[in-house]
Amino acid sequence: MKSTTLSCLARERVLGREPRASEVTAQEVWAARRRSLEALGALATLGTAPLRTVAALRAAPSGAPGALGTAPPGVAGVAAGLTAGLTAGLGANGVSAASLRAPPGTGLARLEAAPSASSTIEKPTAHQDVTTYNNFYEFGTDKEDPALYAKSLRTRPWSVRVEGEVARPQTFDIEQLLKLAPLEERIYRMRCVEGWSMVIPWIGYPLSEVLRRVEPRSQAKFVEFVTLADRQQMPGLRSSVIQWPYTEGLRIDEAMHPLTLMCVGLYGEVLANQNGAPVRLVVPWKYGFKSAKSLVSIRLVEKQPLTSWMRSAPQEYGFFSNVNPEVAHPRWSQATERRIGEDGLLSRKRKTLMFNGYAEQVATLYAGMDLRKFY
Amino acid sequence: MPVTAGTVIVALALLPLARWVVLGYTGAWGPNPAEFLARSSGTWTLAFLALTLTMSPLHRLSGWTQPIAWRRTLGLACFFYACLHALCWAWFDQGFEAATMLADLATRPFIALGMLAFAILCAMALTSSRNAKRKLGKRWKTLHRGIYGVALLVVLHYLWHKAGKNDFSEAGPWSVLLLVLLGFRLLPAAWMRRIRGAG
Repeated sequence: MKSTTLSCLARERVLGREPRASEVTAQEVWAARRRSLEALGALATLGTAPLRTVAALRAAPSGAPGALGTAPPGVAGVAAGLTAGLTAGLGANGVSAASLRAPPGTGLARLEAAPSASSTIEKPTAHQDVTTYNNFYEFGTDKEDPALYAKSLRTRPWSVRVEGEVARPQTFDIEQLLKLAPLEERIYRMRCVEGWSMVIPWIGYPLSEVLRRVEPRSQAKFVEFVTLADRQQMPGLRSSVIQWPYTEGLRIDEAMHPLTLMCVGLYGEVLANQNGAPVRLVVPWKYGFKSAKSLVSIRLVEKQPLTSWMRSAPQEYGFFSNVNPEVAHPRWSQATERRIGEDGLLSRKRKTLMFNGYAEQVATLYAGMDLRKFY
Repeated sequence: MPVTAGTVIVALALLPLARWVVLGYTGAWGPNPAEFLARSSGTWTLAFLALTLTMSPLHRLSGWTQPIAWRRTLGLACFFYACLHALCWAWFDQGFEAATMLADLATRPFIALGMLAFAILCAMALTSSRNAKRKLGKRWKTLHRGIYGVALLVVLHYLWHKAGKNDFSEAGPWSVLLLVLLGFRLLPAAWMRRIRGAG
């Protein structure tokens, strides 16, 4: 039954027909099923010989995340098959449509996006997990809070002011930003500073597309990103976890890097509020907090901006915050991570990769720098 | 078998465990099951610690003797969830790797504090039988006053853990509750009698 559905999907891809929504809902189904199986496995193990099971699981590691273009890890099951099938179908005929779709019922507008060579071929994290396990402190500090409370965020009207050391400062309306450059689907690894990771099919275009339109001056050495801070819409602002508005920053060469994404969607739709709607930054080789959400302002500046986390805990968070397994957070190691929805309770945590696996593309940006000092 | 207060407490103490099993079967451990189990087991350790610490003031305020009899079972329930909490760390977070665990204890003070509290709880659990009480004599009471140290360590453990996010919305109230329960011990016995008399 399953294999028939899969081959149908593959054929439809080649013929250029969109798969019916009902055929793609498998996402949610397998996410739930996988969780139950994991749970059952864990319980069975608890009742028998835990140590021996752990040893057995270790003997068969789930596969380290590959760098761009390497073979997929040892994946099995319907989930991987479906993903691989869709990706292969796309590669074959180059249909310009996002390969991964959210399940029906999100109520969010669809976005068409072309596949990108920068995408990883690792298994994407389930849509359910990507949209319910979030850090977005403007809506609360618990992982469930953003999905629960971000409904109050109004994403229309919305505009982003791009200014500072530029020849042509501009205010872009969100509708303008959605059409500014061809949309691409970029399936990136996302590594949170807290030690977990996901694989997310973002939709957007390089941030450089925006920056070059405002014509940066030579004094523009850094870029500052500012998130909306509106008490009416964001209940989390009542707490003083960090100083609002949330502010992040990149060096200009990092901001202009082709991997740095101006992101407007994920899983074939516009961004859900809890994921940073309507427009956010995605910098895949840095810890997740660098990718500021719900942007209202982008400022090109001469001096290195003071980010929210540097202000709040300078001894813990530096300006660069590149994913680096060798530099521990002062309160925990960064050597390993748990892939959400994939690494079971009993599987060994996977090794974190230098620059989150994007070293080939970005290591030259930091040539000669002491990454222990510039963490 | 007659249903005693003791069996009722044991049954109630196992409810959180039963809840995890049900949630596990329905796939409701959330996107990060390791985190869910670690946090939930920590919360239930706190809950049973608070209940244990409530028994002595309850006895002194009401004059009832039963709370003193329930105290041991509640303390053992606290120990049970503390074991699961420590197991979550050692197993899911550290993969039972001795070197990693030692390094973690050295680099994360809140982990070290939690482990110290757990060590004291272990000593108390091991000496919780009537036999041990008889054998240890006076020293038993000294050892079991360790519960106050456990409460203080646990408060620090929880607050320190949450300090990274400056989020004390849950750790704060729990800490206040435990400190209030500890505070009862500082009240002079005469006050207690007066409160009881007035009641």
